Amino acid sequence: MALSSVLRGESAEFYNNQPFAFGCGSGPSSVGYGSTAGDSLSFQVKSAFGPEEDDGSEKKIEFLHGTTTLAFKFQHGVIVAVDSRATAGSYIASQTVKKVIEINPYLLGTMAGGAADCSFWERLLARQCRIYELRNKERISVAAASKLLANMVYQYKGMGLSMGTMVCGWDKRGPGLYYVDSEGNRVCGDLFAVGSGSMYAYGVMDSGLRHDLTVEEACDLGRRAIYHATYRDAYSGGQVNLYRVHSEGWERVSEDNVLLLHERLSDSERAAE
Amino acid sequence: MEYLIGIQGPDFVLVAADNVAASSIIQMKHDYDKMFKLSEKILLLCVGEAGDTVQFAEYIQKNVQLYKMRNGYELSPAAAANFTRKNLADYLRSRTPYHVNLLLAGYDEADGPGLYYMDYLSALAKAPFAAHGYGAFLTLRFILNLPSFTVRLIDKDGIHDMERLPLASK
Repeated sequence: MALSSVLRGESAEFYNNQPFAFGCGSGPSSVGYGSTAGDSLSFQVKSAFGPEEDDGSEKKIEFLHGTTTLAFKFQHGVIVAVDSRATAGSYIASQTVKKVIEINPYLLGTMAGGAADCSFWERLLARQCRIYELRNKERISVAAASKLLANMVYQYKGMGLSMGTMVCGWDKRGPGLYYVDSEGNRVCGDLFAVGSGSMYAYGVMDSGLRHDLTVEEACDLGRRAIYHATYRDAYSGGQVNLYRVHSEGWERVSEDNVLLLHERLSDSERAAE
Repeated sequence: MEYLIGIQGPDFVLVAADNVAASSIIQMKHDYDKMFKLSEKILLLCVGEAGDTVQFAEYIQKNVQLYKMRNGYELSPAAAANFTRKNLADYLRSRTPYHVNLLLAGYDEADGPGLYYMDYLSALAKAPFAAHGYGAFLTLRFILNLPSFTVRLIDKDGIHDMERLPLASK
């Protein structure tokens, strides 16, 4: 089966640090490259939770659990809205992180958890999606793409990967939205919010979401939900990056600084009074 | 916390599972289906660790379907239950045990209805009624209640969807 051979290929590359991984030579001793397991090509997953181990160069991996990302389906597609703050403890490391990963022109992925984990695995997913397209002469469905990602990270379950992502796209069944995480969850749904600010985002979204929103209303709802999350959650902030996925692919709708949004929203409230 | 229940009748098996897919304290989905159709008259209900449930259940599902393709006839519910238990047992003392609790319900032409209880330690018991989880969630007064259930019936004519059961409002 096409997909099973794809998956076998993925795990083989990363489990076997063969000295002859360069692809020439029939046996380990015949090639003479002499690479060992400690080579720079090793893909051993380092434990994220052991800075106190023997190896003094063990760096603490920066996790983006402090974040707010959301995505929801409506009649005109999928809206994806994210914040852009990265924190290391109580230090704000960056206010301009790109938390939406462009997998291909019609699939988007969001980033929460380990930044490296998200961007690496989603880039690998992009490669698998392209291979699928070439083999089958048709675009991969959102369900299949999310299943590929879920199966890839399932093989590393319990080894310290941290990834909570939403795979969003449009395929022949219409708008598609899947939540996939490093625990092994893969769920299809109409609305997801991930990260420390997700609770606040759910509150705004649950009260405003309807299937028949216009594009403008939907974008505004997503923007407001992220804004409210950044207002109350210390670990979310920066800008609200908004994307929309429609039948032709995705488009970047807007990037709004939350402080300016705050002024705009409180001005309009004052005007309404 | 998830809940499964199965009841064997004289010529049917009735099974129900809650519809919540949760990630720690957040309910990600309220209409999630935990039943996997192994064949026309066998259902596997699966709860447990995230990821393990779907991966294990789909593995069993595909293998049962493969048996049918290779041999021309389906595995009986008893055979499917024992196959499932064997897989659980084989993986139990490996580096990747599956932490899943299962109910397998089926109707066999010769033996009639059957309900099998399996847990993550690969215990297997054929029982007239069985459940996994904390059933007190069915009551309104428990602090963490489960809002709705998927209910299905298996008899000689196959698998039938019953109405999705919401908790009665006051």
